[in-house]
Amino acid sequence: MSSVIIENLSKSYGDVSAVDDISLNIDTGEIFGFIGPDGAGKTTLFRMLTSLLIPDKGKATVEGFDIVKEFKKIRSLVGYMPGRFSLYQDLTVEENLNFFASVFGTTIQENYNLIKDIYVLLEPFRKRKAGKLSGGMKQKLALCCALIHKPKILFLDEPTTGVDPVSRNEFWDMLGYLKNEGITIVVSTPYMDEANKCDRIALMQRGKILETNYLKNIIARYPGKLFAVKSDIMFILLKDLRDYKNSNSVFSFGDSLHYSDSRTDVTKDDILNYLKSKEHKNILIEEIEPNIEDCFMDLMSK
Amino acid sequence: MQNNFIIESENLTKKFGHFTAVDAISFSVKPGEIFGFLGANGAGKTTAMRMLCGLSIPTSGKATVAGFDVYKQTEQIKKNIGYMSQKFSLYDDLTITENINFYGGIYGLSKSKLKEKTEYLLDLLKIPEMHTGKLLVSLPLGWKQKLAFSVAIIHEPKIVFLDEPTGGVDPITRRQFWDMIYEASHNGVTVFVTTHYMDEAEYCNRVSMMVDGRIASLDTPYNLKKEYNAGNMHEVFVKIARGR
Amino acid sequence: MKRFLAFVSKEFKHILRDYRTLLILFGMPIAQILLFGFAITNEIKDAKIAILDFSKDNTTQEISNKILSSGYFLLYKNLSSTRDIEPAFKEGIIKEVIIFEPEFGKNLEKSKLANIQIIADASDPNLANMLIGYTSSIILDYQKDLLKGKTLPPIINTDIKMLFNPNLKSVFMFVPGLMAVILLLVSAMMTSISIAKEKELGTMEILLVSPLNPLQIIVGKVVPYFFISLINYIIIIILAKNVFLVPITGSIILLILESVLFLLTSLSLGILISTISNNQQTALMISISALMLPAIILSGYIFPVENMPLPLQVISNIIPAKWFIIIVRGIMLKGVSFSYIVTETAVLAGMTLFFVLLSIKKFKIRLE
Repeated sequence: MSSVIIENLSKSYGDVSAVDDISLNIDTGEIFGFIGPDGAGKTTLFRMLTSLLIPDKGKATVEGFDIVKEFKKIRSLVGYMPGRFSLYQDLTVEENLNFFASVFGTTIQENYNLIKDIYVLLEPFRKRKAGKLSGGMKQKLALCCALIHKPKILFLDEPTTGVDPVSRNEFWDMLGYLKNEGITIVVSTPYMDEANKCDRIALMQRGKILETNYLKNIIARYPGKLFAVKSDIMFILLKDLRDYKNSNSVFSFGDSLHYSDSRTDVTKDDILNYLKSKEHKNILIEEIEPNIEDCFMDLMSK
Repeated sequence: MQNNFIIESENLTKKFGHFTAVDAISFSVKPGEIFGFLGANGAGKTTAMRMLCGLSIPTSGKATVAGFDVYKQTEQIKKNIGYMSQKFSLYDDLTITENINFYGGIYGLSKSKLKEKTEYLLDLLKIPEMHTGKLLVSLPLGWKQKLAFSVAIIHEPKIVFLDEPTGGVDPITRRQFWDMIYEASHNGVTVFVTTHYMDEAEYCNRVSMMVDGRIASLDTPYNLKKEYNAGNMHEVFVKIARGR
Repeated sequence: MKRFLAFVSKEFKHILRDYRTLLILFGMPIAQILLFGFAITNEIKDAKIAILDFSKDNTTQEISNKILSSGYFLLYKNLSSTRDIEPAFKEGIIKEVIIFEPEFGKNLEKSKLANIQIIADASDPNLANMLIGYTSSIILDYQKDLLKGKTLPPIINTDIKMLFNPNLKSVFMFVPGLMAVILLLVSAMMTSISIAKEKELGTMEILLVSPLNPLQIIVGKVVPYFFISLINYIIIIILAKNVFLVPITGSIILLILESVLFLLTSLSLGILISTISNNQQTALMISISALMLPAIILSGYIFPVENMPLPLQVISNIIPAKWFIIIVRGIMLKGVSFSYIVTETAVLAGMTLFFVLLSIKKFKIRLE
């Protein structure tokens, strides 16, 4: 079963095409991640799916309802959390929650089960104004507000941007719990490392989908071999590897460089010999499995 | 002893009313070093950086930047540093060349020097001639970011402060950006950078982890990983944040 | 309905928690009315004048005394030669010089014709006009006293009476205009800003994606400001009536009903502005330039519409405040009944309907 079906969806602002001919399906009950940098078109896509924007071309349905014609039905079904946690800064935690509950014609008590695990964390700050909460707390409150009417499907636009890593982990744990409750979760993020928290992901860049798949399939389709390389002076190492005649790509990754070679039969020793000829010392080379960022950069360069 | 360090801070503190944004931080930075300030939003990174740039007067504590006092010599500090903030410091409604000329102009670069710098930058950033006359607003994010960095060091400052320079850009541009940082550091510029991308912490020579306005830990990425028995900087941060 | 009430209560919380804006909302009307009542005035009081009396007889003395005892004028100095006149004006203190010709009394006696020359400083033309008007009417008065009991050539007696505002108090003029401006300011500007604020914060996105319909959002936004404006309005009336003794000669119920109508006009204008502005700053700019300035300058609030060039007079017709001011002046000062202000009311009602329909049509159920 598909919760979301997108067919050739396009939207442009003047000359800039924000979403460019996107087609994909999102299955019911999965966590689906749109991953891409700012300006990839994630927000525009989310706004179209939540019926806030009308597409220029193409069509889409959410839970079987057309995003343009049946927008009213969609609006009572979806939970939406826009980027930048949209809360009333001058209302308290409790007032925000109560307000959104009544707007959706429900009460906190009615759906307390669904939000209780998140709400207990907020409980101590019940009387605090939303504007005075930390980033992590705002994020949790915004999620509660989006969940208050027990939506079938959640759209979370960059829910983890600017939040500390600990809160980010906690947030993903909560999404896992909501998934078990049977809610379909559509989430966007600029952080590549969050791909492994999603069931399936779509990599986005400049309004286009580079690839839609399970993370492990995307990694399996990475062409060629990838090596992590280290030596004493990384700055020079980077230059030398780029100048290497068989070099395909060289990117810094934490304390090492990820190097991919244009030959399929390349071995560690081939690279080691080249680097020795360039007088590098303490060279460490290791063949590694590519991660999502390697894949994204590879797809981007095509 | 001041000659050994280009930035020195001792118990630097900034309070806003009852709220302590930066709580008695002490550290020193060597010339040419890439020094990272890591932490979540609201940990006090930006406030600390603003004090060092002479944009904000500390509540208490001592600090010198390029040998100048952050209380009394803010004007001298400003002449010796470059600054690039989270939101690009460039003007969206000016063209590339106009932006370069403007920033070169406020730092008093001569006409011939400015011309030479402009050509060098356009060449370095591989910006085609046809785009130099376009308004910045129409250019890709990646270009803007790299241009912002180049402009921040156009007057060849001793130190450049970068506040969350890579937020929201694609992975390739982020790396190209770091290549530029390395190049600048290689040429002797001290780089002081804040970020909340933990993998970028690995690119710094030394890293200070900020939690709630305090420096929770300060060392090289290698030593931090060893100390906290962690595989990467992300784990280090999580352990520090949980361990308090 | 529950949804709607929740919305309204949320709006009240926003308003009541923003002390600074609240202070401006209630403080400004009071400050304005006090300012207009006490400081800014079109009346003449103790205007300094000089007298050049070539005659120095009883008659000129009597006229001078009458002028100076009127309370409008104060003798600054006596001049002795025509050469002194210009320097006296240049000093900048005196506003008027009264000159009696030589042998003034004798001429009046014998030839029944004597001349007084009045020279006024017209660098402030309005003031000069008024001074001359006041002076001439005092002289005329004196003349009439002279004629008493004598049968002389028939004379046309102009008996001037200032109706509705016999003492020519300017505060009477300003109060109706002030009401219009305050109602516009509070309702139109604050509504448009508060809707724009939701857009800026991003909360509008959530509201739109909720089952709330646009009408509920609009009305929910408007209701609190409706009440606040009404309270403000009542404060102005009380102040005007009790502090400045502005009479309310007509029906107070009619006055309030008409004001509610104008309130609705303002609110619909506020909504209209909010539909075309995406942030608070734009909403503020549009409110000030498109609503406030015309309401102050073109509505007849301060400058009479009749004195404007024809094109401006035509433009003033599309300004709701103009019609409201006519209505309020009618009810408060003239005590007219509804039948006299049907046209104005109809125009205002028509405008309101137009703006409401337009803003509902323009209010987007989506972003963009």
